[in-house]
Parts: sequence; structure tokens; C-alpha cells
Amino acid sequence: MSEYRLEMEGIVKRFPGVLALDHASLRVRPASVHALVGENGAGKSTLMNCLFGIYKKDEGMVLLDGEPMEIKGTHHAIESGIAMIHQELNPIPEQNVQDNIWVGRYDTKYMVIDDGKMYEKTKRLMDQVGFDIDPKEKAKNLSVSELQAVEIAKAISYNAKIVVMDEPTSSLTSTETDKLFHLIREIREQGTSIIYISHKMEEIFEIADEVTIMRDGATVGTWTTEELSVEDVINKMVGRTLENRFPEQETPPREELMLTVENLTSANPRSFKDISFTLRRGEIMGIGGLVGAQRTEMVESLFGLRPVLSGTIVKGGKELHLKNPHRAIHEGFALLTEERRTTGILPLLSVEDNVLVANLKKYSNALQVIKNKEARKNVQAICKALNVKTPTLKTRIMNLSGGNQQKVLLGRWLLTNSNILILDEPTRGIDVGAKYEIYKIMRDLAAQGNSIIMVSSELPELLGMSDRILVMCDGRMTGILSKEEATQVEVMRLATQFT
Amino acid sequence: MGKSSPLTAIKVKRFVYNNALMLVLAVGIVVIAILNPQFIQIRVVKDILTQSAVKLLVALGLMFPLLTGGTDLAGGRQVGLAAVLAASMMQTAAYSSRFFPGLPQIPVIVPILIVAVVLAVVGFFNGLMVAKLSLPPFIATLGMSTIVYGANLLYFGMEPNSAQPIGGLRDDFTFLAQHQFFGQINILIVIAAVFVVIVWFVLNKTTYGRMVYAVGGNPKAAKVAGINVVLILISVYVIESILVGFAGVLEAARTMSAQASYGTSYEFDAISACVVGGVSLSGGVGKVSGVVLGVIIFTVINYGLAFIGVNPNWQLIIRGLIICAAVAFDVKKATI
Repeated sequence: MSEYRLEMEGIVKRFPGVLALDHASLRVRPASVHALVGENGAGKSTLMNCLFGIYKKDEGMVLLDGEPMEIKGTHHAIESGIAMIHQELNPIPEQNVQDNIWVGRYDTKYMVIDDGKMYEKTKRLMDQVGFDIDPKEKAKNLSVSELQAVEIAKAISYNAKIVVMDEPTSSLTSTETDKLFHLIREIREQGTSIIYISHKMEEIFEIADEVTIMRDGATVGTWTTEELSVEDVINKMVGRTLENRFPEQETPPREELMLTVENLTSANPRSFKDISFTLRRGEIMGIGGLVGAQRTEMVESLFGLRPVLSGTIVKGGKELHLKNPHRAIHEGFALLTEERRTTGILPLLSVEDNVLVANLKKYSNALQVIKNKEARKNVQAICKALNVKTPTLKTRIMNLSGGNQQKVLLGRWLLTNSNILILDEPTRGIDVGAKYEIYKIMRDLAAQGNSIIMVSSELPELLGMSDRILVMCDGRMTGILSKEEATQVEVMRLATQFT
Repeated sequence: MGKSSPLTAIKVKRFVYNNALMLVLAVGIVVIAILNPQFIQIRVVKDILTQSAVKLLVALGLMFPLLTGGTDLAGGRQVGLAAVLAASMMQTAAYSSRFFPGLPQIPVIVPILIVAVVLAVVGFFNGLMVAKLSLPPFIATLGMSTIVYGANLLYFGMEPNSAQPIGGLRDDFTFLAQHQFFGQINILIVIAAVFVVIVWFVLNKTTYGRMVYAVGGNPKAAKVAGINVVLILISVYVIESILVGFAGVLEAARTMSAQASYGTSYEFDAISACVVGGVSLSGGVGKVSGVVLGVIIFTVINYGLAFIGVNPNWQLIIRGLIICAAVAFDVKKATI
């Protein structure tokens, strides 16, 4: 038996004009959790795609249990015992759990599908992963963590020796994350190796045995997690020393009130009610809580995307009735949505058009013809100011990294002259370097007199950036913490008050 | 190309993929010209452009809903309705069997405006079904196509016309499709060119155009960006219906006649031309230049095969092959 379950040695992958992988290597031990970290664009996904045969590697070799392997595609991979659990799960929503797990290899009896047998097998798998999920439940009714459990069960059903997980916790609550970690430890005990891709340092140190760090397409090295600190990992990832994860606040919030919200209640009785808070000019107000606390629903209602039943919103002495986003934008609101890909970017349009889309009136004449030169100049200026890395302004935004997409969306709202920015999970799925840049932009904007409402599920971010934190639980407001009062424990206590 | 490096090979590949349409057109013309050198003459070019004009107008119209990820299966039936409506009001007083025996000599602009209003209403209801009732465009416009056809048959079958082809159209009406500028250039070419410029301008240079592409690319994100998605969706169907209606008017003028079956399956020709020209059926992608080329390619094949004496039914097979190949190419393009 080889010392390693999986060895990838000297992998080189070239794309036209780019050396995506430069002799990268990865060695994963049996029955271990191996974290793979690096900034976006460091080559983690390319390396995994080479493992799965989605990309054909130009040089290098892959060994599975010491045997050279040439994996030709995802189906071949899973038959060889390598499973991938993607960040975006893709179940067949209208089919039940057992059909999702056994899709394409159904049990049959006299050429008729044997549902009973599949039910039993699925039940056993669910026991094995420790989730109480009915095999007859339709996939669309499951939560994200349950779907992950189903995916893992599917991997086990194929006798997977290696399970690759790409950012598995990005949409999980902390309880769900604990459940997932329990499950990961469970399958590790059973001998499976897990390659765990994540940007979240806290998680890596909690779950991983070893960590391989990648930068610019090459492997920086592999260490056990005991050997490293969070700072070490970040420094090795970015190749430079990051002093702080959050930029210092230089200008405190002003006294002047920007926004007063009183007793805001959703038109949906199952959503939020009685939310009241004030927002000062230059203040960053964090919104904390667990997934399901209705934070997104609350801020989207502020922006006019969802109907409200009652409550008042006063800005600059004027009571506002925000019936649609159009009105809200007119009154100086801006919203960076939680789901960048589904409700933020216009993937097929250029960077330039993505910035302009909320500013068309501003850059057009009386006949609604776009003033191209002026628009171009301003887009260029804002992209430069935000340090957007894009080949040209005509590049489709879908070809940019998550961090750069987010900066483009920020640029969109900065051009609308908004002064209340609502940022819903602004750094989700964004690498450490770009995160810092976004924090820096937030600090600058606040210093210039804009107010920010930031929904975040990452406690360090919430504590590191907010002047005050409004905590919600189950649609209700459970408290507003000042900077001095806010600790991880206190936020979690309020976030779980009614559970 | 003896010692081409992998990089130049990729460049050649990219060039081929990006200009596939032009290459297909060029190869088609060269092959036809080799078989019959007479093909290369000005008259042929003029014929092809004239024959493309009405189809181009329909395709430009269909492009609007296609850009939002929609479609209009009632497009062809609206051509028929427009042709019959316009023709019924434009017969000479001396014609023996008039649709409206007592109708005075009305200006040509009147039926054009009536057609525009009637079809705008049709388009509005299409848009309403799609935008407000969230019906899949395929279903909504499929329903609308039989409604429009039924209405057209009822109108066309009224006494005293009783479903007779409408003939005897006035010269000042057929002028719209028969006039030759300088005795050389058919007015249809000029009209089509004007519409190409207008549609290109609207889609590329105006706020409205950007909003259409935005709604097509990601309606949810467009809404967050403050765009009235419902209004844009309704408007694309209204604009399309008006364009298609005008194509119907020209069709009547071109053939100097009209009947209810006019325009049958024109929407499929138009959608084919758009798709071959690179308009994505899922919305958000498509250029006016591509649509123009798409329409012209089909006319060249039509005309060219007849020119070299090939059984005209072959063009159906070749057309089908081109549609499938073009989309396959487009899908492949994204991966290189």
C-alpha cells in the first residue's frame, strides 16, 4: 500500500497565453482531510479539473494508491473512486432522494425499477452519514446541508476513496456547518480522504489534518495544520505579509442621521416583523443572524424588491415609500445582492454594460441615446478606482473572478450616486486579497459620508467591520450591539435567542 | 502553414469560428459561381437583396423577443393578418370584386397605421401573457397564432369577399414594393436598409437597447438594477408585432395580392435566420449584423440552387443542415 491515496506530480496546464498550472503537486494521505487553499486564480480549480479529466493536462502524472491513472472524465472519475461535491449543488429537484442517488444505475427486478430495494439501500446510506432524510423526499424540499449529505451519500455509494469538496459551507448556517464537519469526520474514520477547498481559515483549522497552499499555478507547500497559524497560511497564499484582515477605521461615523427605520414589517407573515433602527452618516451597520433569520428579506424590502405591510422609512426628514428598486435607487439606495451570479451580474454582458445598467438615464441624452464617450470615461475611472482587474471593459463579466465581479457591481452602485449601500454577504466566495480590497472600499465610502448596511454570516467580518451590529433571529430583531458590546459569543447568543 | 505552432493553429481556429457565417456564405457563392459563372452579376445581387427584404424585416422583429429569451410563434400569422388588412383597403375603384365595395380612395398611410395599431394590440397581449401571467413565450404565442389566424380567416371570409384572394391593388400601394429607384434599385432594399439601421441604432446606442439585453441576460439582476422588466418584456412584443405587420403590408404590395394563408411559417424562417446569425434562444446575445447575414445566407441558397438547376427541395435539406451546424458551431465556440 502506497503512503498516499492520491499523488499529483508536476502537473502543467497551459491555456493560450497563460500558464495555468506550473508543475503543481498534491499528495493526499488515506483517511485524512486535506485542505487545498489559495487565492482565486491560484489554480485550485484547474488542478481539480485536471484530476477529473475535464481538462487534459499537458505534463505530469496522477497516481491513485501508487498506480498511475489517466482519468478521462467525471464519470470515469467516480467509477475510479473519486467524487466531487460542487459549490453549487445540482440535484434533480423534482425527483426524490433515492432517484437522485441512484440516477443512471437503478436497481431493477424483471426490468422494472425496484423502488423498495433502492429505498432500503438509501436508508442505510443515510444512517451511515448520520442524516435523517426520507429517501422518498423530493430534492427540492431539502436544505443545502441535507443536499450535501445526499451528495456525500452518493459518493459513498460509489465507494469513493477521495471526496473533493469545493467551498461546502458557503451557504450553511453554523449549526449546519457543525453537522457537516461531523459527517466529514465520520467518513474519514471510514477511510475516505477528503480534499477540502475553502477560503475560510477558521474552518480549515478546525477540520483539516494537512493543508496544501497554491499560488500562481504552483504549489507553495504542504504542512500539517499544527505547524501553521492563520497568518502563516494567509501570508503564504498571497505571497506577501498582510498585517490585518480588516483595514483600520480612520473616520468615525458622524452624528447626523441618515436613515430611520421604524417597525418595518414584511407583507409575508412568515418573514420579518417590527424591525427598527437608525443609521448615521458614515456608519457601517452589520446585520447578523443565522440563515433563515430573514436578513436578506429585510434588506431587500428596504430596497423595494419585496412588499412591506407596515412601518416607516425616513431619510433626510422625508418619509419614503419604496415600492420598487427603481424608486429606491432614485432615493439613493443601492443593493449588492446575496447571490452575485443569479441576481447581481448580467453574465453575458460586458464589464462596461454591467456598470452602466443602473445608470442608463444618467449617461443618455433627451432622446435616450447613450453618450458613449462620457459613459466610457466614467466606467474607466470607477474601475480604476476600485482596482478591477479585467482585460478590457468589453470583456464579458462572467470571465472575471468573483472578487472582480463584486468590485464591478460596487462600481455600478457608486456611479448611481447612492449614499446608502446595502451589501448582502459582500465577500462570499471571494479570496482573501480581494476581500481586503472590498473592506478597504467600504471604509473609504463610509469615510466619505456614505452609510452602509452589511448583512454577513461571517462573524469575524461582522465584528471587524461594523460600527454596530443588528442581530436578527427568526424574523425578529433581538438586539443592536455597539462595537464595545459585540463579541462572537454575544452575537451568537442573540442570533439563537428563539431557537 | 508548414510549421505552424500550436498558438497560430488556435488563432486560425478562432478566426474560423468567429467568421463561420461569412465563410459559409463565401463558400456557397464560390461553389455556385463555379457551377454557373453567370451567378456573378449585379442583377443576381439585386434579386437576392430584394428577395431578402421582407424576410429580413420579420427577422429583425423576431430578434426583439428572442433577445429577451422569448419567441413569437404568431409572427407568420401576423404577417398574414397585416397583408389581408392592408390589401382589403387598397383596391382600385374599378376592380370588380372589391372587399369594401363603397370604400373611397384613402391615403396609403391609413391602412399602414391601422395595421400598426391592430398588431401593436396583438403584441401587447403577447407581452402581457409573458410578462404578467408568466406564461412560457412558446405557449403564449402559440395560442396567439391560432387566435390571429382565426380572426384573419373570419375577416377574410366576410361577404362579399368570401375568402377570395384580394387583387386589384392600387399602384400607389404596390409602389411600396415595386418601385425601382433610378430604374435600378428596388425600394424594398432601401426600406430594409433603413430598418436595419434603425434597429441597430436602437439596440446598440439607446438606453432601451441596453435594457433589452440586460433583461435577456439576467432578468432578476436587471430588476435589482432598477429596470422595469415587465415594461421591457411587453415592449419587445409590441415592437416586434409592428415590424412584422409592416412586413405583411410589404408582402401584399410585393405580390400585388393577399390572402389569409400569407406568412405561414415565416416566424420559423425568421427564427432560423436569427439563430444562424448568432442570436441566442436563451436571450441576451445577438447582433443585427448576424441577423442580416443569416437572412441573406438562406436567400442565397434558395436563389443559388435554383440558379444552377438543383431540385428546389434540396434547399430544405441544406437549410436544415445549416441551422444545426451553425448552432453546434456556436456551442463549440464557447469552449475554445
